[in-house]
Amino acid sequence: MAEVALSHLKHSYMADPSGPDDYALKEIDVTWRDGGAYALLGPSGCGKSTLLNIISGLLTPSEGRILFDGRDVTELPPDQRNIAQVFQFPVIYDTMTVRQNLAFPLKNRGVDPATIERRVAEIAEMLDVVPMLDTRAANLSPDNKQKISMGRGLVRDDVNVVMFDEPLTVIDPHLKWKLRSKLKELHQRVRATMIYVTHDQTEALTFADEVVVMDLGEVVQIGTPVELFERPQHTFVGHFIGSPGMNILPCEAAGDRARFQVHEIVLEGPVTGQGGTLTLGVRPEHVGLAPGGFPARVAKVSDVGRHYVVDAMVGDARLKAVIDHNPPEPGSEVSLSFRPDKTRVYRDGWIATEARA
Amino acid sequence: MRTENQKAWFFVLPVLILVAFNALVPMMTVVNYSVQETFGDNLFFWQGLDWFEQILRSERFQAALGRQFLFTAIILLIEVPLGIIIALSMPRKGFWVPVCLVLMALPMLIPWNVVGAMWNIFALPKIGMLGYFINDVLGIRYDMTQDPLAAWITVIVMDVWHWTSLVVLLCYAGLVSIPDAYYQAAKIDGASPWSVFRYIQLPKMKTVLTIAILLRFMDSFNIYTEPFVLTGGGPGNSTTLLSIDLVKIALGQFDLGPAAAMSLIYFAITLLVSWVFYVVMTKDDQK
Repeated sequence: MAEVALSHLKHSYMADPSGPDDYALKEIDVTWRDGGAYALLGPSGCGKSTLLNIISGLLTPSEGRILFDGRDVTELPPDQRNIAQVFQFPVIYDTMTVRQNLAFPLKNRGVDPATIERRVAEIAEMLDVVPMLDTRAANLSPDNKQKISMGRGLVRDDVNVVMFDEPLTVIDPHLKWKLRSKLKELHQRVRATMIYVTHDQTEALTFADEVVVMDLGEVVQIGTPVELFERPQHTFVGHFIGSPGMNILPCEAAGDRARFQVHEIVLEGPVTGQGGTLTLGVRPEHVGLAPGGFPARVAKVSDVGRHYVVDAMVGDARLKAVIDHNPPEPGSEVSLSFRPDKTRVYRDGWIATEARA
Repeated sequence: MRTENQKAWFFVLPVLILVAFNALVPMMTVVNYSVQETFGDNLFFWQGLDWFEQILRSERFQAALGRQFLFTAIILLIEVPLGIIIALSMPRKGFWVPVCLVLMALPMLIPWNVVGAMWNIFALPKIGMLGYFINDVLGIRYDMTQDPLAAWITVIVMDVWHWTSLVVLLCYAGLVSIPDAYYQAAKIDGASPWSVFRYIQLPKMKTVLTIAILLRFMDSFNIYTEPFVLTGGGPGNSTTLLSIDLVKIALGQFDLGPAAAMSLIYFAITLLVSWVFYVVMTKDDQK
């Protein structure tokens, strides 16, 4: 297992990139701790697959270096990096049995038969595939196939990092949950450095100790699931993570107060910086329906099971509030208030308020 | 309540009529000939299975059948591996893909009798470029009109030239359908090029390869035009394959009864071998 460091990484698919827009991957500089579980989260086309391919060695970055435990592997091909990768669609060797599939990476590396047998038995037990060891892999269900392709990565004990490229895409919803918890359990057992690429926030937040949120080839925030939820550094993170996403409203601001339409809003702290376009960000979970706030009209109430999502109109701005009980009637007038310590101003998308200590 | 009607039959009817007229009726005519002796003025006499017995016992038929199996076996053994190798070495993307595909398809676009005529002229000593080159430049005696071995080699090379492309194109179609992830996974698993072929490319090509082998078997087993134009079945009877012999009996000697019996035996063998091929090649999938 290894610590993975990406040092000033940049990549462009163009031969001669000129502006920052020519880069599929703008400057990225992170270090991932040995044995950690990380997720790369972002919408399609945000550069996360490019980044994954750079780490696995299928792609050489235009600029910057990749270090495994301090060793520069930027120029090494995939097979010399000792990595494992699980793809979007399960890759299995159809004509082999499950056992042969799991043994394949070891056999190719000339490991002795006794060790192969022991490792395969261990991994099969971990993955709950012992009863199917001697069936042909082609006949397995998609989730079991995906387990086998994970197993082929985990069976080697020299693996520096295991990478997952949206591995649950083709799995049925009710099995997704099972496979996801299996993955988490595997990580706790083998303590390999794992990088999980996905556009699904639930997958990222449940799997990872730390999530890297990407947008337009750029890392917008790195943080624990709680940090991403509680204090998004960018309106993109606020909007992308959470269901529903953060309310983003046009505003003006001065000191620790913001003005949204005619209403004065108390912020978490003083606004920093100058110029740019200001927006106010507050999560629906931090919008309350209590007297003493500003007036709004309820447009829609959705019962999503554990709570209600209220769509309210303030002038021509729509915002959402999440409340636990006693939903208002659609069409009724309510009073909204924001939790001051969770209400922030963003300048050109980036956070522009200081948190009070 | 479920309503039942027989309307569906009307939709099947056109196909039934078509199949009846282009396969069943002609075939039954052949069956009709095969059990009778024909004379002029449309006189027919019942012969029973005599013609079948006569054909099966005839050394001439057995020899032609032997040559036919040998020919088919040789061209399958050459064209299938060669086709796979060519398909594997063709580019998967870029400028050269259409160039390769067109070059590969060209031989198959040439009419069969033209292929025969081309190779005939090409291979004739003194006149043909190939014949001249081998005889006069390399100094090796090569004359397909005199030497049975030379005739066989020429027929086989011609067929390989004409039909390997079919195997190539089918295999290529199978190869390009393999997602990149398979190759990436194999790289990560440390698989050798042979393993990649054995465990990824070959299994993915299997379906199309089955079709390629079946088509090549049936076509080569029924081959007539090209060898007939090239060698006319000679020298002697050395390249007289089944269909050439059949035409000789039916149209040369006008022995319609034995020719009909031979056609049916020929057909049954083709069908049987194709079926065995198919069963053997697809039996793994049933597991």
